[in-house]
Amino acid sequence: MNEVKKTKYWNPYIGGVMLGLVLLSANFISGRGLGASGALKSVIVSTVNTVAPDHAENAAFYKNYNETHENPMKSWLVFQVFGVLVGGFLSGTFAKRLKFKVEHSPKISSKRRLVFALIGGAFFGFGSQLGRGCTSGSALSGMAVLSLGGFITMACIFGTAFGLAYFFRKNWI
Amino acid sequence: MGPLVVNEIISPDTNLFLAFLIGIGFGFVLESSGFSSSRKLAGMFYGYDTTVLKVFFTAAITALLGMLFFSLFGWVDLSLIYINPTFLHSAIVGGVIMGAGFIMGGFCPGTAFCAISIGKLDALAFIGGLFLGIVAFTEGYPLFEELYKAEFMGTPTINEFLGLSRGLFSFGLIAAAFGMFWVGDWAEKKFPREEY
Repeated sequence: MNEVKKTKYWNPYIGGVMLGLVLLSANFISGRGLGASGALKSVIVSTVNTVAPDHAENAAFYKNYNETHENPMKSWLVFQVFGVLVGGFLSGTFAKRLKFKVEHSPKISSKRRLVFALIGGAFFGFGSQLGRGCTSGSALSGMAVLSLGGFITMACIFGTAFGLAYFFRKNWI
Repeated sequence: MGPLVVNEIISPDTNLFLAFLIGIGFGFVLESSGFSSSRKLAGMFYGYDTTVLKVFFTAAITALLGMLFFSLFGWVDLSLIYINPTFLHSAIVGGVIMGAGFIMGGFCPGTAFCAISIGKLDALAFIGGLFLGIVAFTEGYPLFEELYKAEFMGTPTINEFLGLSRGLFSFGLIAAAFGMFWVGDWAEKKFPREEY
């Protein structure tokens, strides 16, 4: 039974090579790496532009962004993230993993899991803006082009998560 | 030859379409490797599942070596590839905040998109959190602008910074990754878990 469970996913080294080839093709075709958080920023700027145009003209961040970008939604990352949703769905369909559920350790409730997911997301979202990209855009893609900042951000993300793991162990083990 | 869009071999609109296809590959590989499961992702920090470490470093090495070979073959002009700029302070502080978010939330943004695509509702909560966090940054931007722009170092590569050649650093990174893979296998045996 355990063996069956273990073999449902790809071998991690095969997965890693495949992910590396996807990243390589992004660099070869578009001259840039992968990402995720930037697409959410585009959605937010676009929403603010539509819902509160006065605010978008006055607040520093949106003003700078709109001066340097034509249309926030017509961005490489927005299209790429739509692709991620489709690709993940296809893989989940083939592997029969499509299911609505809240995944959590049996020791904690679904509610606790959702609350921590929300808080964790807020931290990650804020950090990704300050750090100019998340695990994909800054750490992984940065490392592939040997960016010093990419290595620093990668070390800080994983180092902090390791350092704090003890305090949040009840959520996971 | 490459990068294709920079050298105007493909149009900007084709580039966006290819971004969508690249995204499909990205999402498919993440999901197939198990990155749609927060318990699998968090496993790395407790040693019971080091898939993330293996996939992440194998991917970085593959892409790194691919770029090195492509440039040797003359297929890609490395000077036209985007290199993430280094703003020392925000790279550190942003990374630390993201690390805290990772251990609490169990996802990063890319894996959360991957997980929501197969119906994980905890990923939906995480993405809700991402919106809140990004809005907090964009709305409070004047407060963070100084930190955001502090210690700008340009776009140095880590091998330049260390005074090593690109090839030598890459070789060292590969050796280090093999060492980490070995530690990962050791940890999985030492901290085994039943199914999750």
